[in-house]
Amino acid sequence: MFEILQYSFIQNAFIASFFVAIIAAVVGYFLLVRGLTFAGHALSHVGFAGAAGAVLLGVDPIFGLLAFTIISGIGIGMLARVLKERDVTIGIFLTLALAFGILFLFLYQGYAEQAYSILFGTILGISTFNVFVTAIFSSISLLILLFLFRPLLFSSFDPEVAQARGVPVKLLGVVFLIFVAITVSISVQVVGVLLIFTLLVGPAATAMRVVKNPYLTIGLAICLGIAYSWIGIFIAAQTNLPVSFFIASLSFGAYLVVRLKEVIS
Amino acid sequence: MQRSAIELQKISLTLGNRLVLDDINLNIYEGEFIAILGPNGAGKSTLLKLLLGLYKPTSGKIEILGKQAKKGNNEIGYAPQHRTLEADLALRARDVVGFGLDGNKWGISLPNSSRTKTINTALKEVDMLHLADMSVGKLSGGEQQRLLIAQALLTNPKILLLDEPLSSLDITHAQTIVQLVTNIAKNRNITVLLVTHDINPLLSSVDRVLYMANTHSAIGKPKDVITTKALSKLYGSPVEVINTNGRIFVIGEEN
Repeated sequence: MFEILQYSFIQNAFIASFFVAIIAAVVGYFLLVRGLTFAGHALSHVGFAGAAGAVLLGVDPIFGLLAFTIISGIGIGMLARVLKERDVTIGIFLTLALAFGILFLFLYQGYAEQAYSILFGTILGISTFNVFVTAIFSSISLLILLFLFRPLLFSSFDPEVAQARGVPVKLLGVVFLIFVAITVSISVQVVGVLLIFTLLVGPAATAMRVVKNPYLTIGLAICLGIAYSWIGIFIAAQTNLPVSFFIASLSFGAYLVVRLKEVIS
Repeated sequence: MQRSAIELQKISLTLGNRLVLDDINLNIYEGEFIAILGPNGAGKSTLLKLLLGLYKPTSGKIEILGKQAKKGNNEIGYAPQHRTLEADLALRARDVVGFGLDGNKWGISLPNSSRTKTINTALKEVDMLHLADMSVGKLSGGEQQRLLIAQALLTNPKILLLDEPLSSLDITHAQTIVQLVTNIAKNRNITVLLVTHDINPLLSSVDRVLYMANTHSAIGKPKDVITTKALSKLYGSPVEVINTNGRIFVIGEEN
């Protein structure tokens, strides 16, 4: 049963999902407290267009993902000032991105497998090169987010006072979305565009209902994210069923348990 | 001669195409408790933002304790107009207060006893220490207001700006917040500017009122400023002030 752990593709999957789970939990926490989960969702769809475009050009999808999502992240960050119109504009923009994604895939005329892996992830097929890319982007993002931590938290909960205290609130808003973009891009490899919420929002949403201290919440979210990913990969390798199905189910299951416990108590 | 805490000279402010403030001159002294009154849109919150350096006046000069108004001024504590915090808000009372201490510093805050002590002292000052580890969403409106005041006090400011701390509170809770602010102002000898819709809970506490309407302002003792004559002049239209049972009512101000 445990001998599968010796295979290098399984090891790669464990290492990559470890890094993805950490950064996704941290970014997911801030997405939730800033009320920006929809922007995270939109960025994943933009990522679909980016990945499909990269495939069409014969480039590794991760670079298409990064390019498209970072540019869109900056765009959404600038837009976010006009809060009332924000979600509508993001929604209209994300459908356009999806449309481009479909066009690119159509023009590529390659295997449907490519589309499938962008939509649902291919963590068991991740290359060693992509493991490195994931580890590097995740570590650098994490270090920068740790540096930005307090002002980002302050401005998420209380932008007005934060600004009065000299925190560059607007700039932080845009910078944060760049990290959302990076996180979305590397998470796509694990769970795919359609199931990105499972790692981005699931662990943080569950953790937030269990503990209230921001540091503990993020710590717990990281542990949950890693647990979902590793257990998911392990079961998938045993059963030959899709990894993202198990990760999403675990993420949903934990959230359900926490919510039900609240209802009962 | 009292020292001046806040001085505005010939302040005008235009936001978009709208003239919000026109030729405002003010002198507020150290240790004074000022209530800011006036109809919606009269520029009460805007005035606070000018003092905080969040807006720049179109013309005129603002001095805070002898220095030009600027962002990130630790001599001012600020609690903005209160939004109802979401019920699920994932923060404890002490985290909200902690923002006031080091929320603007880079990096993360490592557990340390002097930080905890400072936050506990602040929570105690607003009588919230027993609720320190409670989730903010579970606190009442009055309790949340106390937290925001504690947060604003953490830098040991000389000036406290409170925007509508009494809105959405019933009379009893409004009274306790007023009492709390009055005690803090006295103990710390700080200047307080408090924006409110209703002067009555504050009548016995304030030194002067600043009435804002129609881009202009009037400052003075409540009995001098809140009169039919003075307010009609300020509004530029008839306003009636009724005094009854030691309470003051302004009729016709929102029209």
